[in-house]
Amino acid sequence: MPMNPLYSELQWLPRAPREFAERLRALGNSTEPVGPELRELASCALDLNQLTKLAKTIDRARVAGKSLEPLTPLRLAVLSNSTIDLIVPALVASAVRHGIALEVIQPSYNQAAQEALTPDSKVNRSQPDAVLFALDYRALPLKLSPGDEYEAAETVQGAMGYLRALRDGIKANSKAVCIFQTFAPPVETLFGSLDRGIKGTRRSLLDEINRDLVEEVLRLGDVLLDVAGLAETVGLADWHNTQLWNMAKLSFSGELIPLYADHVGRTLGAIRGKSRKALILDLDNTVWGGEIGDDGLDGIRVAQGDAVGEAGLALQQFALDLRQRGVVLAVSSKNTDEAAREPFEKHPEMLLKLEHIAVFEANWNDKATNIQAIADELTLGLDAMVFLDDNPVERGLVRKLLPQVAVPELPEDPAYYTRTLAAAGYFEAVSFAHEDLNRAGFYRDNARRTNLRRQVDGVDAYLESLDMTITFQPFDAVGLARIVQLINKSNQYNLTTRRYTGPEVAAVADDPAIFTLQVRLADIFGDNGMVSVVICRPGDVGEWEIDTWLMSCRVLGRRVEHMVLREILEHARAAGIYKLKGTYRPTERNKLVIDHYAKLGFSRASEEESGLVRWELDVASTDQDSAPMKVLSVGFATEREKLFA
Amino acid sequence: MEEPQIYARLTEIFNDVFDEDSIEVFPEMTAKDIDGWDSLNHIRLILTVEKAFKVKFSTAQIGSLQQVGDLVALIQSRHRAKGPGIVSRFF
Repeated sequence: MPMNPLYSELQWLPRAPREFAERLRALGNSTEPVGPELRELASCALDLNQLTKLAKTIDRARVAGKSLEPLTPLRLAVLSNSTIDLIVPALVASAVRHGIALEVIQPSYNQAAQEALTPDSKVNRSQPDAVLFALDYRALPLKLSPGDEYEAAETVQGAMGYLRALRDGIKANSKAVCIFQTFAPPVETLFGSLDRGIKGTRRSLLDEINRDLVEEVLRLGDVLLDVAGLAETVGLADWHNTQLWNMAKLSFSGELIPLYADHVGRTLGAIRGKSRKALILDLDNTVWGGEIGDDGLDGIRVAQGDAVGEAGLALQQFALDLRQRGVVLAVSSKNTDEAAREPFEKHPEMLLKLEHIAVFEANWNDKATNIQAIADELTLGLDAMVFLDDNPVERGLVRKLLPQVAVPELPEDPAYYTRTLAAAGYFEAVSFAHEDLNRAGFYRDNARRTNLRRQVDGVDAYLESLDMTITFQPFDAVGLARIVQLINKSNQYNLTTRRYTGPEVAAVADDPAIFTLQVRLADIFGDNGMVSVVICRPGDVGEWEIDTWLMSCRVLGRRVEHMVLREILEHARAAGIYKLKGTYRPTERNKLVIDHYAKLGFSRASEEESGLVRWELDVASTDQDSAPMKVLSVGFATEREKLFA
Repeated sequence: MEEPQIYARLTEIFNDVFDEDSIEVFPEMTAKDIDGWDSLNHIRLILTVEKAFKVKFSTAQIGSLQQVGDLVALIQSRHRAKGPGIVSRFF
């Protein structure tokens, strides 16, 4: 049975790029500042070997006198009763993920007391910024005395006295912040369940020591690293590895070194004020199931009793809990503002209300632009933002254009969204003050409507990196069911919103005078399936009427519509058509496409009172720009194949 | 898994663990042949091999390794012991 990979493989982080080692090597020869590239690489899920390599690169950069900016330097002494040689490089590399250029001072094996208590020890002489007491239960003088309350109290006092002496030694000789770890109890019990209740058993002793330690650490303003909590999270049986202790005196499982190192890293980041402050939520299929634009208020899933709805509600509750402790909430959604706000205002089961959201950005801009706008309105840096979105394409775009923003990977099942977000530890805190409780409200009140709508640069380059393939086919039997579904379900990107039944669509497919397109799009994240449908009916001589043109909103901003027009134009020319006629029939849901034809170069022919607009395009004189994607055109047994044969 | 496949995968693993790109493993290879193959990197190597081949070695097995050929034999024997679909694990 393998371990839960969410934790052992840091699944909230994107996978490391295939060229990880090459990029590290390139850094060695680079004359540019190495900090940003190091942070980008460290922000992937790295295994122990990759962490070791990254730490080596940092060491070399330091030796060569290179700047590690914008990383913040921190000197950390690690005092331990176990072997930490394998862990130190992981600490250095993981700290980069949290904005820290870490230098580790590592005394000889098992010298914690000597180093802390001797004024001119290696650790005290080096004047570290922080000292991590990386001790496990084996470091404590634990004398088991089952049932002997007096003896047990003595043992707890003895252990606490030892820890206090270490702290006092460091504090007397340096200004370092002390970081104490709670103790993960070993799995083995004496009585079984009763161990927790009988004073003087190992489990009972460690429970008491942990409780006293936590109380003292917080009272004295030291920093807590809850290793016992971490070990519980992954499971004590997976945390402790007796074989590794016996062979190499490693105090926990080697597979969990990346996880432990990330927890140290986020704690160090929090000490240096690097923790994130705002959570930006996508809405459709993140905060609720379904798409508000297409499914409507009654169709989205956000109710108790519905498994998908409950996942959304659990995330909403977690966001609310975060807000209560001071994390600012914002929304970035590809929807009309009106549609996106509707569930917040009208859905009785929504836990999140508009008053909880400091900045609400619902529009059709790319999300990088919106996140920049949110950061500006909140007057927070991009490095204070976390962006949660179910769509891997949106995540990829934001990571690419705004690398400072933390964007967690999400699993397929929304049931695990909340756990994944929590596991990432973006909002790690080393202290909690009363003012924190009011912070979210403060940001909401101060949010300025800047209406920044500047497109973030580099969307084109990003689209290119998606390695898209668009496939055009006429209607056929295989695609029929999905075509009918799209025709009857699409509301937003739908020019005419004409609904047709299965037999009607089949008749259209069989009519040689009617030109049809079913469009599929694949990219590096996988196959998006059928994303667009077009029906052109013959009009006056030499003219096609675009009866239906619709597209899935999931591929908005990918220039699919430009490529579809290109394809229509090619077929139109081959068929001797000289004019395309399009119609925009307004509905309550399709404001999104009001400028569709204008953007594609059509000219306005007429407008009716109902808001219906007719558009025309001269086929011969139009040369539609190409978008960065590969085009496959299959199944057109007509003039075109002859022409291009 | 056949021997040549194991050697090929081990070559990748050794280069990854020791941060090289020119190591070619061979049966008689020992720690003396590679810079940085100390006792701690040995543990990192074993952890990586166990993960890559989805096997777990016992303390005694790890202790008895003398050269790369022993490691290959051990991987093969653990794979045979594992049988189809069962992942063995030692604690």
